[in-house]
Amino acid sequence: MTDTIDPTISEPLALSDSPENAIAWERVPYNAADYGPVSDFATDFDHADKAYNPNAPEVWKELRDSGCPVAHSDRYGGMWTPITHEAVQDVAYDTENFTSRSVVVSHARPGDAAIPAPIGVVPPISSDPPFHNLARRLLLPPFAPKQIEPWEDEIRALCTRLLDEMGDITPGDTVVDAAIQYAQHIPVNVIGRMLGFPEADEALFREFVHNTLETINAPTADRQENFQKLDAYLDAQVQDHIDNPREDLTDYLLNVELGGEKLSQEHVRGSMVLLLIAGIDTTWSAIGSSLWHLAQTPADLERLHDEPEVMTFALEEFLRAYAPVTMARMVAKDVDFHGCPMKKDDWVLLPFPAANRDPRVFEDADQFIIDRESNRHAAFGLGIHRCLGSNLARLELKVAIEEFVKRFPKFELAGDVSWSVGQIRGPRALPVRILETA
Amino acid sequence: MRVHLDVEKCQGHNRCYALAPELFDVDDYGQAVLLGNGSVSPDLEDKARLAASNCPEYAITITDS
Repeated sequence: MTDTIDPTISEPLALSDSPENAIAWERVPYNAADYGPVSDFATDFDHADKAYNPNAPEVWKELRDSGCPVAHSDRYGGMWTPITHEAVQDVAYDTENFTSRSVVVSHARPGDAAIPAPIGVVPPISSDPPFHNLARRLLLPPFAPKQIEPWEDEIRALCTRLLDEMGDITPGDTVVDAAIQYAQHIPVNVIGRMLGFPEADEALFREFVHNTLETINAPTADRQENFQKLDAYLDAQVQDHIDNPREDLTDYLLNVELGGEKLSQEHVRGSMVLLLIAGIDTTWSAIGSSLWHLAQTPADLERLHDEPEVMTFALEEFLRAYAPVTMARMVAKDVDFHGCPMKKDDWVLLPFPAANRDPRVFEDADQFIIDRESNRHAAFGLGIHRCLGSNLARLELKVAIEEFVKRFPKFELAGDVSWSVGQIRGPRALPVRILETA
Repeated sequence: MRVHLDVEKCQGHNRCYALAPELFDVDDYGQAVLLGNGSVSPDLEDKARLAASNCPEYAITITDS
């Protein structure tokens, strides 16, 4: 919606080009003062604004109602945010004009010394066609439904253990934190075990995730330093697997072949970064948001407890209404998109959670309907980059909710909820008072 | 009733296999596979409709005959 951009806000930017031999480059000089509170989401959109994640559905509704299918921001050196299902889908399907070379918006853009398209730094999520399909087919088999189903018992045992560790519960009195004591531990434990990393490092994995996704407004040099720490950790894990081979995903990555050759060290490490980062706070957020909903909606909690079979539809409705993941693209070449003059290297956010609330696609889109039967939600994306771990995420979410509700048939919110910052949306602190135990 | 799967559109969301395993399977890559010739027996018509109306990629369609 170019005609809604207030020219007094959008002063011409001095946009620089990528310098040679840069891993990361800044399009405009970084200035912390540029990142104050958002004045107007239509023209100054910032998903890392502290008010955004707690209020995102209201922000999307306001933008849709005001006839703005694509919001804009000068932040991060220029960023567009499609809001409607149609606009989100159009970007997701268009791999010619939009590259996946970087999928996390920050002040820094990947430079020519970073692994270029079509491979990208973290294949296959950072890859474009035709390489994307090759890299993706390597990783699809270990995450296919029939490979993931056998994890159910272990996930259930993990959830039970976490509930046990909450200690003695006095109904009507005891307050537990469903995010800190429960949700945040589940995906980190499972992906750590799949990769064959030490269980004692779980807090470290969460730190890596936080550094990657929640510090996008930090200076580029600080972010690069954090990425180097992650790379060093993964190199040590790879070496440990070379020294002590065992059957797990890391071993799989080290031995799988692409075109008759083993993967490069960068490819292995990049895919490990993807599996470690993408699998953790995404599912943790979905579990937390679902429990947040149930803590405030006793009728849905009761229905789920009394009729467990409604989970078939409830699971997808949790994913639709509380989809945690917003992806990103970079504009590959100048393009006019829905009337917006997009320039090469502009960022484009892909808020699948906003698409899931579009009333043109979903009836009563802002209503949570626990037995919604028709639900083409896009929580796991649309197009060729459908979440690789969707079968695992879905299983973790289902089991986590089932076990929590089975143990605590009644619970309510018991204090302030704090929300994540940035592209992954979910509660980071979720105090709930237990009202009834099984 | 007949159910049709466009394998070019399928991205492996796995919704059809979850909702109508009598009509759909998944391969080793998690991509949907139509079981049989697409002919739907009357007792499975509801499941076929569910599979179609939950596919995010509109890869499944239904015809009367």
